[in-house]
Amino acid sequence: MAETTMTRSGKGAIRLPSRPGAHPEDTLLRAERLPHIWCPGCGIGPALGAYVEALQESEVPLKQQVIVSGIGCTGRSAGYVNIDSFHTTHGRAIPFATGMKIANPDLKITVFSGDGDLFAIGGNHFIHAARRNIDLNVICINNFNYGMTGGQLGPTTPPEALTSTSPYGHEEESFNLPYLAACAGAVFVARWTSLHFLQLKRAIRHAMQKEGFTFIEVLSPCPPGFGGPNSLGEGLDQMRWYKEKATINPQANLETIGLELGDAKIVLGDFVDRERPSYLARQQLLAQRARGN
Amino acid sequence: MSKAVLTGEFFLSGGAACVEGAIAAGCRFYAGYPITPSSEIAERMSRRLPQVGGHYLQMEDEPGSLAAVLGASWGHCQVMTATSGPGFSLMQENLGLAVMTETPCVIVDVQRGGPSTGLPTLTSQADMMQAKWGSHGDYELIAYAPQSPQEMFDLTFKAFNMAEKFRTPVLVMSDKIVSQMVERVLIPAEKQIKRVERRRPDRAAQANGAEVLVPPMACAGEGFAIHVTGLTHDERGYPAINVETQQRLIGRLRGKILQNGAEIIEYEERDLEGARIVVVAYGSTARSALLACRLARQRGLEVGLLRLITVWPFPAERIKALRAEALIVPECNQGQMVREVERFATCPVRPVSQAGGELLAPESILKAIEEVAQIG
Repeated sequence: MAETTMTRSGKGAIRLPSRPGAHPEDTLLRAERLPHIWCPGCGIGPALGAYVEALQESEVPLKQQVIVSGIGCTGRSAGYVNIDSFHTTHGRAIPFATGMKIANPDLKITVFSGDGDLFAIGGNHFIHAARRNIDLNVICINNFNYGMTGGQLGPTTPPEALTSTSPYGHEEESFNLPYLAACAGAVFVARWTSLHFLQLKRAIRHAMQKEGFTFIEVLSPCPPGFGGPNSLGEGLDQMRWYKEKATINPQANLETIGLELGDAKIVLGDFVDRERPSYLARQQLLAQRARGN
Repeated sequence: MSKAVLTGEFFLSGGAACVEGAIAAGCRFYAGYPITPSSEIAERMSRRLPQVGGHYLQMEDEPGSLAAVLGASWGHCQVMTATSGPGFSLMQENLGLAVMTETPCVIVDVQRGGPSTGLPTLTSQADMMQAKWGSHGDYELIAYAPQSPQEMFDLTFKAFNMAEKFRTPVLVMSDKIVSQMVERVLIPAEKQIKRVERRRPDRAAQANGAEVLVPPMACAGEGFAIHVTGLTHDERGYPAINVETQQRLIGRLRGKILQNGAEIIEYEERDLEGARIVVVAYGSTARSALLACRLARQRGLEVGLLRLITVWPFPAERIKALRAEALIVPECNQGQMVREVERFATCPVRPVSQAGGELLAPESILKAIEEVAQIG
């Protein structure tokens, strides 16, 4: 790990490498754990990079920043970030983070996990965390399949898509994640792709400043698990595909932005940005009542 | 603000005593999901915790409840949950995570009849093997079996101290009878209360890399950039998927419990000196066993009682050392802990089993004592 010096630039503290030629993210990644496990062309890396840059730019000291992951390819993200990091059980990152946030409200906790982890086995926790508006930032890498186990279908696999367990095409509808998050009560909802690095980083920065439950979906290439079987090509081809199909429309009617294979546009944007009393704000009021008795 | 330690003499249910024992020990976070017959614990927690600056959180299910409890423990809180059989089944996943990540926590299981939904409002002791083997993989943990509301206070209190000291989940294997019966409970004065806290990290000690059975625990937000994973991991906390690391980690996780048996294992002995027959019992059944032993001694039979307070790790050495002609193991299940007794006994062992639903009657145990005495 590179030696670091702290400098102050503008509002936030930025860590700069003291060794010439060192990468500015060296201090925020656990360099001793590299190389990572992800495949060539995977979109998790760029999304994690956007998170790491958002961490660097955040006013919240790194000491208070926490990353919590579940299980799967994206679940391994926690293990590479050089802050307090937790790799929990499958689907349980959100309730784990919920307990931690209530125990220590000074922490700024990001749940960084995959679509299968957060919306299949962990789906119930997601909607309840959004309902109770607990102060957590959830970033979901949506690669439309279970990558680590070999490309099986999941709750975000589009209809007709080919996976290792839908060899004739997928029969089911998929979740429209921004719509789901908005309906369940999230105060900030966005969708970007791992190609839209700057917009994604800005969305993460904004989410970190919000009080309450925020959700960012990051569409991400998975060449072996999803790209190959569905003729979307390698990672770069899928990035090109995002570029061609993406349209940015923050005012979009969320009900209409579900994802399908084919020619339909992929609608991106920061869709929801609203205020609701957060769990912790309500809890503080009720705690005063309890202590008064 | 209300007191955390309600010093005095009370008439309390086992569930209420459990809550007071937890709060006296320092519990400040509870997450759970309502389930009969443990809901009284959640209800009292929801009232008491906010009074002492703690947090009650009702989760959407039991996997989420235990996950939240573990997260709060890493947020440097003393934590617990309570449940009953069906919920205990759902918690096995994160019980394994607690073992693997050495997360201090207390889980109270108010046992009811099973399998499945079984007997929601009637008692059993049929989760005793699940307590030891319910999550996948090889592991050891600590489990207590209280027999009264007073012990629901005392053993829940102790469970917190042991969880902190050994960085392990500790189970309080209660049952419907012990949790819902009401008896006299003494809550000691604050100055008599001795709390144990998890060992805090010491950078110098960490640097010298000395091997310890129970490593110190750095929590989130303390500047250590810790990594915590349910994967097999090395001393730094990093995943290491290989045979050597697995052997070292599993060896240490089991060793920290098994090698500290002398401190962890507790039992109560009555009339064991010269006893020809020894009844080995625990939890609510031990109350019936005590009466059965008294009646048998009145009839001239040389009977002693060994009451297990710690059920896991199992008091194997104490069973081996029993010099009786026969052992009798009454349980409100189809014969679970009796198998452990059989493994270590040096004489014949007779189970007294019951399918669950009601307290095992003293008469059933007395009958077994008399039958065994006649054979002898």
